[in-house]
Amino acid sequence: MTLALSTQGVDKSFGSLVVARDIAISLPQGERYALIGPNGAGKTTLINLMTGMLRPDGGRIFLGDEDITALPPAERVRLGLVRTFQINTLFPQLTALESVTLAVCERIGQAGVWWRGLPSERAAVDEAYEILKSLRLAAVCNRPTRELAYGQQRLLEIALALATRPKVLLLDEPAAGVPKDESTELFNAIAGLSKDIAILFIENDMNVVFRFASRIIVMVGGRILVEGTPAEISSDPRVREVYLGKAHHG
Amino acid sequence: MIGPFLGVLFDGIAYGMLLFLLSVGLSVTLGMMNFVNLAHCAFAMVGGYTTVTLMHVFGWPFVWTLPMAFLTAAAVSVIFERTLYRPLYRASELDQVLLTIGIAFVSVAVAAWFFGTVQQPIQMPPYLRGSVSAFGISFGVYRLFLIAVALAIALLLIVTLEFTRFGATVRASVDNQRMARGLGIDVDRTFAITFALGSGLAGLGGALAIEIVGLDPSFAFTYLVYVLIVVAVGGLGSIGGSLIAATLIGISDVAGKYYVPETGAFLIYLVMIVVLMWRPAGLFARR
Amino acid sequence: MAMTASTPSTDPHAWLRRQTRWHPVEIAFWLATLLPFFLFPNYLVLASQIAITALFALSLDLILGYAGIVSLGHAAFFGLGAYASGILSKHGWGEPLTGLLFGAAVAGIVGYATSFIIARFRHLTLIMLTLGFGLLLFELANKAHWLTGGADGLQGVKIWPIFGRIQFDLWGYTAYSYALIVLFVLFLVCRRLIHSPFGLALRGIRENSVRMPAIGAPSAAHIRKIYTISAAIAGVAGALLTQTTETVALEVLSFARSADTAVMLVLGGAGMLYGGLIGSIIFMIARDQFSGIAPQYWYFWIGILLIVVVMFLPNGILGGLSTLLARWRKP
Ligand SMILES: Nc1ncnc2c1ncn2[C@@H]1O[C@H](COP(=O)(O)OP(=O)(O)O)[C@@H](O)[C@H]1O
Ligand SMILES: [Mg+2]
Repeated sequence: MTLALSTQGVDKSFGSLVVARDIAISLPQGERYALIGPNGAGKTTLINLMTGMLRPDGGRIFLGDEDITALPPAERVRLGLVRTFQINTLFPQLTALESVTLAVCERIGQAGVWWRGLPSERAAVDEAYEILKSLRLAAVCNRPTRELAYGQQRLLEIALALATRPKVLLLDEPAAGVPKDESTELFNAIAGLSKDIAILFIENDMNVVFRFASRIIVMVGGRILVEGTPAEISSDPRVREVYLGKAHHG
Repeated sequence: MIGPFLGVLFDGIAYGMLLFLLSVGLSVTLGMMNFVNLAHCAFAMVGGYTTVTLMHVFGWPFVWTLPMAFLTAAAVSVIFERTLYRPLYRASELDQVLLTIGIAFVSVAVAAWFFGTVQQPIQMPPYLRGSVSAFGISFGVYRLFLIAVALAIALLLIVTLEFTRFGATVRASVDNQRMARGLGIDVDRTFAITFALGSGLAGLGGALAIEIVGLDPSFAFTYLVYVLIVVAVGGLGSIGGSLIAATLIGISDVAGKYYVPETGAFLIYLVMIVVLMWRPAGLFARR
Repeated sequence: MAMTASTPSTDPHAWLRRQTRWHPVEIAFWLATLLPFFLFPNYLVLASQIAITALFALSLDLILGYAGIVSLGHAAFFGLGAYASGILSKHGWGEPLTGLLFGAAVAGIVGYATSFIIARFRHLTLIMLTLGFGLLLFELANKAHWLTGGADGLQGVKIWPIFGRIQFDLWGYTAYSYALIVLFVLFLVCRRLIHSPFGLALRGIRENSVRMPAIGAPSAAHIRKIYTISAAIAGVAGALLTQTTETVALEVLSFARSADTAVMLVLGGAGMLYGGLIGSIIFMIARDQFSGIAPQYWYFWIGILLIVVVMFLPNGILGGLSTLLARWRKP
């Protein structure tokens, strides 16, 4: 089993609030893992730590065999470690097509070209359009992002990540705020992604988690409580306790 | 040799205290809200003109006008905070910069309209005039008074911030606004109060500045640069930092003008750039 | 101009091409810049000043309007270009076109050197650093009397005829033609730049600087590049001022020039390519008309204008106009 992404003993606190304590995660290639836990457990923070948007107080992060703990975020993306955001983090005035084309241009090293018009980047534009089409955003690809429906913006979050050709994809509540039926559709799209991409996704809906994850990691109060297969997790008494709200956390 | 040196040091400290009063409010509010308020010295100017008006028109004694300078500046700032600043808390910093520069421009014109562009001389009461001699040098009484007032206020601020409930909410908001909101602190309200207090202190500084640097409508911009330098060097939201930075800048400015007049303000700008590049959050940043 | 089509088609290529196509209003605008030759021949000197200011505002738009870098010290590069070409000519080389290039090179090199600092910082620190550099350079030029003439200004600038034949005349005929052509050429460069992949990346930085690293974008490198380009263009504008006035005043480096230009840009509409041009036309004509009033009252109106623009017209005059136009089209 080769690991796509792993962490060793990652720690982080904000002042006196410990948001990550001795986090060890191993995500094998091509797998779909779910990261669950109550609000404020530190799930988003963990993604921030893995992608370099926050600096850990201690511990190490590996992408494949490479130690990426000290790399800046953009470098990690270029190596294939890519995330989406729980709260839409898009380019409001750019159209969906422009946004995704930008991400493609950055990947193929054309984003520094200032002497040629964007329309001459035919290959990049075509690729961006294909990505949008695969997520059923083709019809609105020339609309400014801020005019898109919320569900479409959630899809654009994923489209931007796909444009970077990730090896490891970290999805932070991709269906946050999306109605139930649309959310299933969204996860179907995620499940349909290439098996070359290892995925770690955060999600609160247990039905979705049990359906799409091969393994589940449960986080509470900045620590990993348990990790196991859906069957193990669903029968674990500690997890039940957390989800019935008896555990102390936060 | 030692005489002029001590004299320069003394004047520098007095000037630094003035800068401290002018800048401490901006330091705290900037640290809390990241609101770039370039009209801060316009509020200081309100204090200055309040003192001038009360003395010249109503014949108040200088010392009594000082609380009024504080109150007027604070009150005016509250009006602006409510109407113009609040909608822009989450706007881009360009918008904040432009809005507040606009307010500063208007304040200059309004001051010129009511008071003319001339300097406003005021008559100090006898007990604040003259100087006392010690160790063979003379200390201006007014400067001693200024230093005493500023130090007393610094002490009061530090005590308030460290030991009162309100101070704790201010500290929490500056340290980590997000966490403070999470803890149920009403950051907007804390900010509004701090903003008023900070502008009031600037108003007091403006009133106390008249005797040292004079007062004319350009005050809103002339001292803005110094105030921003103090804030940037001292570190956002740090009262001790502001005090030390203001003293350092006050001393270097006075010393620079005395010993190497040909460099002008050059030294100060250079110091600021070097400090910012070395420690972008300032020398004594809380964060 | 990045106008959003009201009925977005879905052909990606066609839509992108349409964004870069020349709009009839643009062509009309550039034709109108020729009107002063026929309608206001007495105002050609002013017209050349406007063209120079517009070029400077355009350079500021690249960093402020497109990349979202708030600079309060951009006059540093204008002044560097102005002094560089002035000093060059004072020491015996008055050829105008190489003078422009020299101004651009000096400003561009200093811009490149400082861009490493600019790209590392944000927020108040960045504003203070740009302000600090501007003030520092002003003080330097003020003190370096032997080189710059200090507060007396640089005297003895002699500019040779363009191409060795076309003399600068007293009425500003040559000056305006020359400034307008340089403005137009550099405008074409900027227009191409903002419609390029790099221009898209700049808009990305402005729109969301958090997302950029998350799509693998080297924002700092982009910022260094545009800052250098912008500085070089500002240098050309400064050199143009030197060449058309045959003197350099200390004012070219002043904070007021930085602030005024930011005001023009925001008034016209930042990040819209034409905003700086429209803004400088309005600003400069208004200042010429009201030259009689005391400066502080002039700034009173500027202040009011700034407040109004920030509160009610977030994209300046051009932004307001295009919103109106869009409403009017859609019944
Ligand atoms: N930048 C920050 N500064 C301070 N506290 C933070 C910051 N980011 C997150 N937190 C706090 O850390 C805790 C974990 O947050 P988060 O990782 O977003 O939780 P989750 O995604 O599991 O809901 C929360 O209590 C949150 O308020
Ligand atoms: Mg979260």
